[in-house]
Amino acid sequence: MKANNIKTVIFFLAPAVSAIFIFFFIPVIAAFIISFTDFDIYTLGDLSTLRFIGFDNYSKLLNDELFWTSLENTFYFVVVAGPLSIAVSLSAALLLNSKLTKFKSLFRLAYFLPVVTTLVAVAIVWRFIYHPNFGILNFFLGLVGINPIDWLGDPFWAMPSIIILAVWKNFGYNMIIFIAGLQNIPDELYEAADIEGASALQKFRHITLPMLAPTTIFVSIITMIGYFQLFAEPYVMTQGGPLNKTLSIVQYMYQEGFRWWNMGYSASIAFVLFVIIFIGTLIQFRIQKINK
Amino acid sequence: MKRILLHTVLIFIAVITLIPFLWMISASFMFDGHASVFPPRFIPDQFTLMQYERLFERLSIAQNFINSLVLSLLVTVISLAFNSMAGYAFAKYKIKGKNKLFNLLISSMIIPAQVTMLPLFLMLKWMGFINTYMAIIIPGLANIFGIFLIRQYCISIPDSLIEAARIDGANDFLIYRKIILPLLTPVLATLAIFTFLGTWNDFLWPLIVMTDDSMYTLPVALANLMLEHTKDPELMMAGSVVTILPVIIVFLALQKYYMKGIMMGSVKE
Repeated sequence: MKANNIKTVIFFLAPAVSAIFIFFFIPVIAAFIISFTDFDIYTLGDLSTLRFIGFDNYSKLLNDELFWTSLENTFYFVVVAGPLSIAVSLSAALLLNSKLTKFKSLFRLAYFLPVVTTLVAVAIVWRFIYHPNFGILNFFLGLVGINPIDWLGDPFWAMPSIIILAVWKNFGYNMIIFIAGLQNIPDELYEAADIEGASALQKFRHITLPMLAPTTIFVSIITMIGYFQLFAEPYVMTQGGPLNKTLSIVQYMYQEGFRWWNMGYSASIAFVLFVIIFIGTLIQFRIQKINK
Repeated sequence: MKRILLHTVLIFIAVITLIPFLWMISASFMFDGHASVFPPRFIPDQFTLMQYERLFERLSIAQNFINSLVLSLLVTVISLAFNSMAGYAFAKYKIKGKNKLFNLLISSMIIPAQVTMLPLFLMLKWMGFINTYMAIIIPGLANIFGIFLIRQYCISIPDSLIEAARIDGANDFLIYRKIILPLLTPVLATLAIFTFLGTWNDFLWPLIVMTDDSMYTLPVALANLMLEHTKDPELMMAGSVVTILPVIIVFLALQKYYMKGIMMGSVKE
């Protein structure tokens, strides 16, 4: 294209790009700097009290038991809820993609509904569903002979409860991506396999799964990034309890930064989260390369 | 036989995804305490609107509703304008460093928003914007995913169309407004629903920057209400209905565009 007047380009790019630079890139750099300072509630009032303390915040994190607890909880959540979500999404996509299925769009709509709804609101709904005495979950489990469980009050069950909610809320999103992936697999592959007499399981293992590999990697990266940012569910349902068993990294960052105003310390927690997400993404990209 | 089994499983999953919503709606029409019984009630024994009256009269949830609605609309309109201009420029103009800039933006999508929250809060505090609408509008002015989505779509618009308009004497802004924007309608609809729902549903950021009850968005007001009403499922369910219902209406109306957006976003590489 001709007539690339630089002024015109700047006119189109400037609003969005400058907004992103000022309100995204500069804060990222500022957060990095703040994480090497003792920025706290006194600094908020008087900036001259700010001191650079090198890696002190980071070394303090290493000895902070609560931080390790939040790290452990978040990993528990990501490692269990992530694969579980993806497995449920893929299963639902396979069911909906079957040639035998009727009312596809209706089922798809029902499965997708939790995705668009407000997380805080559904977390509140589930908090009552999990109620040990009156909750409908224990009622249904009682019908098949399972004794009532104190879902959110029992340190063992609290995190699984949040995982169940997360899978219920999110599986529809990846399901849509998987359906698109399934529809891109050429029918001839299955027809050829039919001629060779392959079983349904063999077709799934040797055609569907390999053909879906790029989709699966994409889905697992976005799921992992999202799940590492766990916050609203424990905030609404358990406040991090019982016994800190559901305290997440982001919740700990929020508490340190915005409740106790230990902003230097909180910034270092945010950066650890970033590094974890970054490494997790790199690992998955590497897996993708190896598969190719 | 296979068909019956398949549909039994499908219906079973649909029941699981829908029951929480049905129970929520049902309990919101119950009197105090009527949802806290064993065995649970799935249909109100006596129908009442008292929970909704309480929400709107005593707890002024109408103000929170307005905050959520106005903010979601404002952020949607402004970011759509900013993102579409930038996305168009990234797709159709050639200048030095453009691709480098675009790649920088794309790779920074991996940085979680939480990293920016502390400095952003301080910036807004020094600007005097904490506890105002600006605190939510400013970080939502533009977003990288939106620019990316528009750019992908713009690339498929033929250059000849733009050239022809230019020969007819149209200037760049007129081309953008009269030719590009109308062609972008589907992707703008997609982005609009993503942004609207994203802003409406957002929790952590409004929780940080809004400090007065009257400035809370619905999710923050709801989470706050929960602290005082842990034993009032009926009231909390009414609050959840008020929060979720607009989202479901918007989604049902623009479903097609939403699903398309997910698939467009997933063909990144």
